[in-house]
Amino acid sequence: MTNKVLLGSVSAAIFAVAAAGIGLADIRTGASLVINGEIPIVTETEPPEFLQDVFPEIYSGWVFRTDETRAMEEDDFDNPGMLYVEQGIEAFNTVMGTEGNSCASCHDAPESLANVRPTYPQWDEAHGEVQTVEMQIIECQTERMGAEPYGYDSQQMRNMASLIASVGRGQPVNVAIDGPAAETWEAGREIYYTQFGQLEMSCADCHERNYGNLIRADHLSQGQINGFPTYRLKNANVNSVHNRFRGCIRDTRGETFAVGSPEFIALELYVASRGNGLSVEGPSVRN
Amino acid sequence: MAENVTPRVRVPRDATVGEVVSVRTLISHQMESGQRRGSDGELIPRSIINRFTCEFNGTSVVDVTIEPSVSTNPYFQFDATVNESGTFAFTWYDDDGSVYTDSAEITVA
Repeated sequence: MTNKVLLGSVSAAIFAVAAAGIGLADIRTGASLVINGEIPIVTETEPPEFLQDVFPEIYSGWVFRTDETRAMEEDDFDNPGMLYVEQGIEAFNTVMGTEGNSCASCHDAPESLANVRPTYPQWDEAHGEVQTVEMQIIECQTERMGAEPYGYDSQQMRNMASLIASVGRGQPVNVAIDGPAAETWEAGREIYYTQFGQLEMSCADCHERNYGNLIRADHLSQGQINGFPTYRLKNANVNSVHNRFRGCIRDTRGETFAVGSPEFIALELYVASRGNGLSVEGPSVRN
Repeated sequence: MAENVTPRVRVPRDATVGEVVSVRTLISHQMESGQRRGSDGELIPRSIINRFTCEFNGTSVVDVTIEPSVSTNPYFQFDATVNESGTFAFTWYDDDGSVYTDSAEITVA
């Protein structure tokens, strides 16, 4: 918020390009995604109540991708993100830290965590804060395993987060935005509608008012995060939500918040709630 | 030494005589091209899978020479006509001399 440099003419030019794009009609809805022939995924549905006046429908980022990219997600064999899930499974069953525990010591199988991805970020009573999946992993490592915690955006963390998402696939995103989480949610909402960077762009400028349009060569989605961690073809790796946030703010020519910062945690809660009702899809495949 | 190298194959379990089946293979591998420089400014040594072969009951199906421009985790998909039951045998050759193998049975009736 310290970077509201005024460059009105530049941002006006950007929107002129977007407006000349291919328009909302290019969102190819109606296709259905079923993973491995057995996990139906909701990729378009009714918006949550607080977005009723904003979107007629909410769409997973899958809807905005090409047929080839869509197809990669339909089969785990074709989804390169599953390679990182496999590494996550290995780490899940490996003892780490001074207590002699692995993740499996408490959680048995990864499938027992199927309800985690759909409901995070969520309020943690003991710590008095909203926690992301990554924070929960760090909490387990430091408080119960006596282990050196993974870096918030490290490869190991993204592998583990991919595993936890993969076992929740098909379940509807359902993060709580009321009660003790309400304050954080409001802070996230504030960030979502704040213009950042020299280009003075907010999340809403692209993902609420211009989804379906092209911004240069990029087909703008609604910015839903139900598919995270996301395998991106551009860097051939799984990517975290916070890293994606950082990339977006960087593209506005702004100074970004740090991965794992309170600002991004609040933003993650708010953006996740905008996808309440879509299915967990991670690791999804995007370009 | 390449790390986390695991071959995977997907072949239909059954087919009819003369059917064209789709064979899918994937090997996790870093595929370091040998043209990038590390943070110390030195070239990172090339480490790639340089050859991939598939045989069916001893007959060559495909034999691929792979060059450094092929990206991480090489994925090959091809069609094969099967006239009899048998075994697809897959082999990947690593720059470091390692050879990785996998196989898949198919019943043709």
